[in-house]
Amino acid sequence: MSFDTPPSTGCRDAPVLRERGQHEVFCGLTGIIWLHRKMQDAFFLVVGSRTCAHLLQSAAGVMIFAEPRFGTAILEETDLAGLADAQVELEREVGRLIARRPDIRQLFLVGSCPSEVIKLDLARAAERLSLQHAPHVRVLNYSGSGIETTFTQGEDACLASMVPSLPATDARQLMLVGALPDVVEDQARDLLAQMGITSVAILPARRADDPLSVGPNTVFALLQPFLGDTLAALERRGARHIPAPFPFGAEGTTGWLRAVADEFGVDDATFERVTAAPRARATRAVAQAAESLRGKSIFFFPDSQLEIPLARFLTRECGMRAVEVGAPFLHKHILGPDLDLLEAGPQLTEGQDVERQLDRCRAAQPDLTVCGLGLANPLEAEGLATKWAIELVFTPVHFYEQAGDLAGLFSRPMRRRAALKLGAAS
Amino acid sequence: MKLTLWTYEGPPHVGAMRVATAMKGLHYVLHAPQGDTYADLLFTMIERRNHRPPVTYTTFQARDLGADTANLFKTACQAAYDRFKPEAMIVGASCTAELIQDDPGGMAEMMGLPVPVIALELPSYQRKENFGADETFFQITRALAKPVEKTAQVSCNLIGPTALGFRHRDDITELTGMLADMGISVNVCAPYGATPSDITRLGAAHFNVLMYPETGESACRWMERELGLPFTKTVPIGVGATRDFIREVSTLANVPQAMDEERLRLPWYSASVDSTYLTGKRVFIFGDGTHAAAAARIARDEMGFEVVGLGCYNREMARPIRALAKEYGLTALITDDYLEVEAAIEAAAPEMILGTQMERMIGKRLGIPCAVISAPVHVQDFPARYSPQMGIEGANVIFDTWVHPLVMGLEEHLLHMFRDDFEFHDAAGASHHGGQHTAKAPAETPAPTDTPAKTSDVVVWLADAERELKKIPFFVRGKARRNTEIFASQKGLNEIGIDTLYEAKAHYAR
Repeated sequence: MSFDTPPSTGCRDAPVLRERGQHEVFCGLTGIIWLHRKMQDAFFLVVGSRTCAHLLQSAAGVMIFAEPRFGTAILEETDLAGLADAQVELEREVGRLIARRPDIRQLFLVGSCPSEVIKLDLARAAERLSLQHAPHVRVLNYSGSGIETTFTQGEDACLASMVPSLPATDARQLMLVGALPDVVEDQARDLLAQMGITSVAILPARRADDPLSVGPNTVFALLQPFLGDTLAALERRGARHIPAPFPFGAEGTTGWLRAVADEFGVDDATFERVTAAPRARATRAVAQAAESLRGKSIFFFPDSQLEIPLARFLTRECGMRAVEVGAPFLHKHILGPDLDLLEAGPQLTEGQDVERQLDRCRAAQPDLTVCGLGLANPLEAEGLATKWAIELVFTPVHFYEQAGDLAGLFSRPMRRRAALKLGAAS
Repeated sequence: MKLTLWTYEGPPHVGAMRVATAMKGLHYVLHAPQGDTYADLLFTMIERRNHRPPVTYTTFQARDLGADTANLFKTACQAAYDRFKPEAMIVGASCTAELIQDDPGGMAEMMGLPVPVIALELPSYQRKENFGADETFFQITRALAKPVEKTAQVSCNLIGPTALGFRHRDDITELTGMLADMGISVNVCAPYGATPSDITRLGAAHFNVLMYPETGESACRWMERELGLPFTKTVPIGVGATRDFIREVSTLANVPQAMDEERLRLPWYSASVDSTYLTGKRVFIFGDGTHAAAAARIARDEMGFEVVGLGCYNREMARPIRALAKEYGLTALITDDYLEVEAAIEAAAPEMILGTQMERMIGKRLGIPCAVISAPVHVQDFPARYSPQMGIEGANVIFDTWVHPLVMGLEEHLLHMFRDDFEFHDAAGASHHGGQHTAKAPAETPAPTDTPAKTSDVVVWLADAERELKKIPFFVRGKARRNTEIFASQKGLNEIGIDTLYEAKAHYAR
């Protein structure tokens, strides 16, 4: 064990400011944008309004032009008039979709605010469609509506919807939960394999045919902090959760690997042999990238639930000082190990009243503000440096080899501000 | 239900946001669930605004559904007023709030706020973004504009420019300058840059310039009726349209025509010999109705192109576009399904596309050059440099923008001369990009059999004709193929050989 012992004053019992008001966040539908890249034979069909389609298009940027495997069945006036119609309409649209894209093996019907409000029964639709298109296509459903889910919670809802239908197994295995870029997933598998942990399954699997099962001898580790419902669904299938800090930075990755290694009885010598070199690499890379971050203050607006582990990484490994750490939701049982490591001091907030939070942010004048794209440019114009948060979800940032890149994402805005000289030369 | 991958327009409340964000001193309270704030980033990122859109969202959640959402709306409305102290407010519902029927207008009225509160009814399941903008501005005008004394000097209002509008910022500058050349001042430009108190002064102008019918026509019609303000019907995009516009303004304002021709370069550039190669280039035009119509006139009358397709995505403009297409001997394409647009472009085989961001992507896929003429557009079409579409400088900008994607005259000539050169052919990459270049195979391998190489609906291409067609430079091949097929079917032929190909070439020679 080589990482520092937790400071006595962790944040686990720190008071949390719970706020209600305007939330400046994405809804869960946004998760589709990265999930469809990960699950290569899945199609995500949102049942919603023109707003939902416009949201996906705005959030997916240029990706929308690459024949993506997602779309929106836009509800029209006639769908709202009679609900019986909606099921028939949906069957017809799904039939046409599957005929046009025969490579699709899993179809997710994704609920939205409008479909939830009119109580369109997508679960029943999914069941019926599954029967119709079995065995070639499996149809599942979950809700990514804004009234129920915030941003990354969409992935949670999606993964949780897959758990009940996973085949049962009694085999002793490790399941990694959370969609990561392939390159990072492979690095994680490799590190575990070097420690002799080879029976590793990943939820979500890349393809529908990839073997994936769950049972009472399955233990699982979360790769992302926003997977509360998935955790609960796996526990209902008899699997057991391994609590661990999240694998951000050298310390987070080591802590995460340590927790898994302990579960599988890996001895200290093996652990040290496997992790020493990449850990040293990560520490070096972070030190280099974090030069401009040392001693600087940081303020997190809520976005993805990654805020707590990122604040832990930035304060402990990059020498920053956290002023406020806002999260849309705070699952203490999931974030416990990270909260223990996060030194007491920052204001923790759950939920949002964006205007009041902006007041606090302006009063604090942090050196760096992590926020969404709706706030970033306005804050920059007020003279505050910002790091837009969405990039942290799309970019590979987990585990040792990405630790330097992760620190780099935060130092780049600071370096840019230092580099720009637009006044007259004196 | 309709399966949609890409939409040309957002929902109507985004149109209302475009009006609210364009204005100052106005605040929009939108009854909407969490997540609808995504629209903020269209303004902060695509248009790169340095402030948040003046919009407060109620952010209701599943657990609020029931009586609580109404209270939530009232709280949000009061908090927005207290914080921003706007001169006027607009209130409305997004698509989800429309379903829960809280009636934002009625609730806001009951609150007795000390400023005008304007209720918006935007049917999210029937209408779209442009309607939302047009209707919102109409309602604001109707609520605030009053008959007032006319300005002593001849003045006009600029009506229609909004936030997120394609080149609206620079069109305003260009038109303001052009009108000043005629001694006409701008009374109010709205909604772009206007405050609610400016809206009350709209009636002081002598007439309205309707810049964008999509977003300002309802308000102009209302002002014509209620305030006696006539409005211009010509949108000054292109040289001819700008001249028509100036004539129209001179009649409306009773001032002599004046235009600063010194700055106008399109006519000479288009007449110069290097532009000869533009003659008869086949273009496909798609966008919003106003820009598509303007582009068609420029393409045919000012650039010498042949317009082979014309359409728009906003059905509000379907009638004028249909009429215009007829004049060009075409059937208008009125659709908001980009797959239909793609199919129409493929069928027309144009040499150039003038369209939106989506047509740019279609052009990329089909290997056809494209220039952007209309919203929706990405961040690169909110440029830092001055680039209007309207008026004199607009014509110059359009000439440059449209010509750049095309192969230039001399370049085309060289390509044609050396098309059979051993290291200069379609399949060769650019040699200066190091290692990309592939030399042509020494001899072209003949097709294995003499079976027809390509089947079209009515005529088949024989293999030798198909090979000959391949010798024609790629950028005119589509036209040659199409012309030959039309020629063959007119002659009642069902096979195309080399002779047919060259007979067709002779037939179409210009």
